[in-house]
Amino acid sequence: MTDRAAQFFRKAELQALIDELRRRDYNVVGPSIDQEAIVYTELTSVEQLPRGWTDEQAPGSYRLVRRDDDAWFGYVVGPHSWKKYLFPPRTKLLTVQKTEQGWSFLPAVLENTKTAMLGVRACELAAIAVQDRVFLGGPYKDRDYESRRKSLFLIAVNCTQAASTCFCTSMNTGPRCKSGFDLALTEIESGFLCEIGSDAGWDVLSACELQTATAEDLNEAESQRQRAVEMIERQMRTDDLPQLLLDNLNHPNWKAVGERCLSCTNCTMVCPTCFCSSVSEVRDLTTDQIDRERTWDSCFNPEFSYLGGTPVRNDTSARYRQWLTHKLGSWHEQFGTSGCVGCGRCITWCPVGIDLTAEVAAMREAPAP
Amino acid sequence: MTWIPPALAVNPWLTHTARIADIVSECDGIATYRLCLDTSDNASAYVFEPGQFNMLYVPGVGESAISMSGDAHEPDGWIHTVRVAGNVTRSLAQLECGQTLGVRGPFGTGWPIPQLVGKNVVVVAGGLGLAPLRPLVYHLVRHRSQFQNVSLIVGARTAAGLLYPTEYANWTQAGIDVQLTVDRATAGWNGNIGVVTALLDRLKLNQIERASVVTCGPEVMMKYVGMSAMQRGIPAEQIWVSMERNMQCAAGLCGHCQLGPAFICKDGPVLRYDRLQPYLFVESL
Repeated sequence: MTDRAAQFFRKAELQALIDELRRRDYNVVGPSIDQEAIVYTELTSVEQLPRGWTDEQAPGSYRLVRRDDDAWFGYVVGPHSWKKYLFPPRTKLLTVQKTEQGWSFLPAVLENTKTAMLGVRACELAAIAVQDRVFLGGPYKDRDYESRRKSLFLIAVNCTQAASTCFCTSMNTGPRCKSGFDLALTEIESGFLCEIGSDAGWDVLSACELQTATAEDLNEAESQRQRAVEMIERQMRTDDLPQLLLDNLNHPNWKAVGERCLSCTNCTMVCPTCFCSSVSEVRDLTTDQIDRERTWDSCFNPEFSYLGGTPVRNDTSARYRQWLTHKLGSWHEQFGTSGCVGCGRCITWCPVGIDLTAEVAAMREAPAP
Repeated sequence: MTWIPPALAVNPWLTHTARIADIVSECDGIATYRLCLDTSDNASAYVFEPGQFNMLYVPGVGESAISMSGDAHEPDGWIHTVRVAGNVTRSLAQLECGQTLGVRGPFGTGWPIPQLVGKNVVVVAGGLGLAPLRPLVYHLVRHRSQFQNVSLIVGARTAAGLLYPTEYANWTQAGIDVQLTVDRATAGWNGNIGVVTALLDRLKLNQIERASVVTCGPEVMMKYVGMSAMQRGIPAEQIWVSMERNMQCAAGLCGHCQLGPAFICKDGPVLRYDRLQPYLFVESL
C-alpha cells in the first residue's frame, strides 16, 4: 500500500478525482470561499476551490489576500474544521412517540453518509485521530460518529506555508501528512504529487491520468513542504504540560486571562477536537412526537456546568481554566493524547486574541507560589 | 472495571419505556418510585451494582441522573428515591402510578464492595445521600459476616429529613451500628445534634488501618468526611465518595460532568478520595 511510489497528476485531473468519488456516492467536501473566509463545503467542481487566494492570520485576525500565483491550496486553515462532518453540530439521538400505552422510544436511524474530504491538513488528520479516541476509544461508542467515520475517504493536502498562529511542530502533528489518509497530495506548479495511503485511495486514483513522478517533481514538492516547516514561528513546550497545569490550578494568571476572555465560545467552536455537546428536546406542539437532539456546546457557557440550578464554574476565569487544563492537561489521562493539535484556530478566532501558548508560557515563567 | 451492558456500549442513548408501579412519599419533596420496564418482568432486566445510577427521562422536559436505591439482590423493578430539585424532577413528581417515562442505564461505578470485605466499614450519609448508599447497606446486612464492624452514620437537617427511618431498626438488628444526627433539633428529638463528622470523629474504631469509609451527601459534607477520616488515620485510598455533576450523556461523551480528569458519569460517580483530592478543594473547578 504505502510502498506504492508517489504518483503525479496534472491539476485538471483533480476534477476527475472529484467526479469519480461522486460517482461512488461520496459527498465530496472541501475548501471554498464564503463570507471572506475559506470554509469547507460540498464540492462538485475544482472551480469552487480558493484558487489564487491565501489567508493571513494573527491572534484575533483572519484576512483573505490575493496570492501572486494561482495555487489551489495556497492557504492554511480556516474557521471550519472537518469535525462538522463526523460530529455534526446537530444530530438526532432519539425519537419519542406518545402511544395509547404511554411513551415509546425509537433510536435515531443512522444516516448513510459517505463523505470524501479533500484538502485535509496534517494537523486536521491528527484532530480526526484525537476524536476517534474520544468517540470510539472508550467503553461507550458514539454510533453516529462511528458510522460516519467508517465511510470516510480522506484526501490530505500538505501545507506549503504556515500562518503566524500555527504550532503543529510543537504538537508533533505536522506540517507533513504522514498517515491516516487515503491519498495525500502536495501541490506544485504543474500539478499534484500524490502519495497513496490505502487500497481505497489507489482504487479511486484509477480515474485520473497518472504519470510517474520525476525527480524534479519530487524535489519541488519537498521544497514546498519544507517551506511550511520553515515558516512556523510559534512554539509551545509540551513535555511538562499536564503537570504544570495541575500544579497551577490556583495560579493568578487564570484571573488575568478571565478578565480578557469574553466567554464567547469561539475557541471551542473552531477547535477541531472540542467535543462537548448538550441534548435538547425538540417538540412539535401540535403532535405527540419529540426528538432528542444533540447540539455542540461549550465549557464557556455558564449553564454548561449547571448543578442544582447554579453553575459550578460561575466565572470566566474558571471556565477558561477548565478549557485549557482539559485541552492540554487532563485530556492525556482521559484519552492518552493531548487535545491540542497546534492548528492555531483558537488563537486566530479569539476576538480578543488570547493565545493559549502565551498563557501556558506565562504560567511556566512564574509558577504559583 | 464496571460491567457495561453491551446494548449501552454501542448506543448509550438506548431508552426503555418504564411504568410507575409504586410511589412512596418519603418526606417533604422526596418520593421513592418503583419503575417496571414494559418489555420485561424478568429480574435480570434490573441488574445493577450498588452505587450505580439510571438516567430518568420525562419526554419534553429532559433527563436526570438518579441513583438506584433498591436491593440489588431482589430487584422487582428500578427503585429510585427522587427529590424535587429542577425541571425534570418537578415533572416526575407530577406523574402518577401507571404513567410511563424513559429509563436508560445502569451507568457509572458502584461502591467498592470487594475492597470492603474483611474491613471495618464506616458508611456516612447526609440527607438524600442515603439513597445511593441503601443498596450497599442492604448488601452489608445480607453478607454481614464478611465484614468487621459496620457503622452507619446518617445525618439530616432535621429529624423529618432522615431518610428510610422505618428501616433503621432492621439494620441495627442485623448488626449495624446505626447512629443518627440532625443539624437542628425539633420537638421530640432526643438524639445527636451536629454534623456527621462530629460522630465520625468520636466513632470507636479498632484497627484504624482496617477501616474503610464510604460516603454520599452534599459535596461540602463529603470533603469534611474525607478530611476527618484521614485525620483519624484512615488512608485516602480507603475512602470512597459518590460525586454529583451535570450529567447528560452518562457515557463520558458530552463533557459536562468533568472534575479534573474524571468524567463523573463514567469514571464515577463512586470515586476514591485520593483520586479526587487534588481537585475537590479547588474552587469552581
